[in-house]
Amino acid sequence: MKYTIEPLGDNSMIIELGQDMSHEIQQKVKKVSAFFEENMFDWVIETIPGFTTVAVFYDPLKIDTTTLPYDEVCAFLEPLLEKLEIDGDADPRVVEIPVCYGGEFGPDLEEVANHNGLSVDDVIDIHSNGEYTVYMIGFAPGFPYIGGMSEKIAAPRRSNPRLKIPAGSVGIAGKQTGVYPIETPGGWQLIGKTPEKLFTPDGDTPSLLQAGDQIKFVPISEEEFQRIEEDAR
Amino acid sequence: MIKITKPGLLTSVQDLGRYGFQKYGVITSGVMDTTAHRIANSLVGNAENEATLELTLLGPDMEFKEDTLISICGGNLSPSIDGKPVKLWRSVLVTAGSKLKFGGCKTGCRAYLAVAGGFDVPEVMNSKSTYLRAGIGGHNGKALQNDDELSIGELSELSGKITRVLAAQLGENKFVEMQWTISSDFIASSASKPQVRVMKGRQYDWFTTESQMKLFTDHFEVTSQSDRMGYRLKGPELALEEKQEMLSEAVSFGTIQVPSEGNPIVLLADRQTTGGYPKIGQIATVDLSIMAQLKPGDKVQFVEVSHEVAQQLYLDREKKLHQLKQGIALKIRQETK
Repeated sequence: MKYTIEPLGDNSMIIELGQDMSHEIQQKVKKVSAFFEENMFDWVIETIPGFTTVAVFYDPLKIDTTTLPYDEVCAFLEPLLEKLEIDGDADPRVVEIPVCYGGEFGPDLEEVANHNGLSVDDVIDIHSNGEYTVYMIGFAPGFPYIGGMSEKIAAPRRSNPRLKIPAGSVGIAGKQTGVYPIETPGGWQLIGKTPEKLFTPDGDTPSLLQAGDQIKFVPISEEEFQRIEEDAR
Repeated sequence: MIKITKPGLLTSVQDLGRYGFQKYGVITSGVMDTTAHRIANSLVGNAENEATLELTLLGPDMEFKEDTLISICGGNLSPSIDGKPVKLWRSVLVTAGSKLKFGGCKTGCRAYLAVAGGFDVPEVMNSKSTYLRAGIGGHNGKALQNDDELSIGELSELSGKITRVLAAQLGENKFVEMQWTISSDFIASSASKPQVRVMKGRQYDWFTTESQMKLFTDHFEVTSQSDRMGYRLKGPELALEEKQEMLSEAVSFGTIQVPSEGNPIVLLADRQTTGGYPKIGQIATVDLSIMAQLKPGDKVQFVEVSHEVAQQLYLDREKKLHQLKQGIALKIRQETK
């Protein structure tokens, strides 16, 4: 696998796997992240995947060397990373996210439809039939950066951002779609809401989604929304 | 137990941070000035990662419900117990019923109050740090409020020994300070325009030659739009050679990123996990404490340092902090013989 390594700070570095956002680069990012998770080197504190990068935070004191810890780490990783190859047949995890579209949950659904000269049902149809990949988690706990939305339902951000967007809201901003894990202010066009919790502060994996996951949005009724929400309690 | 009788500007429970969950978008939180926090813990016999209270500019008022071994390190926010000034960077034994107050901010911006045994709050995702925006960790996920009561954890063997050394000197006083303190090498400079060492960032080459030069020759001022998440600086405008879009990638404590309007932002303890602005620089870890003690209106001068030197400085400083901890334990052992 081709890559470059560069320091981020004096106890972190960035492994870059390409320049552009693509499926292939995404697969590489996933592979390198998995490599660190499987090996659990004691000098690694944690890794953070980006769109084309994997950042590695490490403890220089845990690296036994007479030279610079960074040089030692690079020399150690080089042959291992070079050997890594994407296994083409690895199936991604598919996570279904039930969404109740429109109504009070999706106050901007009509605007998104009007903006694109579509009906509300068309927007729901296109949004829920898309194939989506989670590129990375960032911005807020559990917030997925999702690629793969059809440009047919793209819509600009609201000129007047909302002060409070409820957790679970599904929105569109430009050519991106996303789900808000916690209540935040934001300018996304809201088209629906999921009863699923994307962020649970306790537990080993506080985020429902991980980089590399595939997402399917499944339309549900308001009754189903309430039933799922109650079951989760 | 400690009871808060006035909350101060922003007082929160923090440890060295919540690591291992950034890939899920969970920020690290944690103390801004790690050196002051670690020394405060060492002076009361705690592990370095034990939670302390981070006090900001205007400190809180509090009452001690039991005899407590404490230490206050970092910025000088004029602490006093029942009207008598308390020295910073020392082990201090405070008796039950004493009231600790803070006055004006004389130097720095943040102080750290460690208590022997630490604060007995639950760990959330392996950390006691308060993640203010998400409302988790620390004391009920929030900055401290009036009437909050904080329980104190079990004392370590060393904490017990320090307590006994001081108790023997207490007499009729409400509190007693250790006669010795730490080397001033560890105390962040309170110079009016401190120098902070900075490595070139990953997108340093994207900036104009003039901007690259000005980063290290001009000075920058901390603006009022500064908090635990980051400091917005004002100074010469930093411009890209040509407009370039960047794909979001990880950032770190001390990353200096530059949004398109040209004023740099230094990312600190409550930074987001990733960022999409070009990174012109990265503050050397050893100088982060200087940065964390700056307040709005303060000025800073960045000085270039290579990555190699920054990492070597880090190793050297860790060695010194380790020796300091051993030194404290040794001194206490001699005094309890």
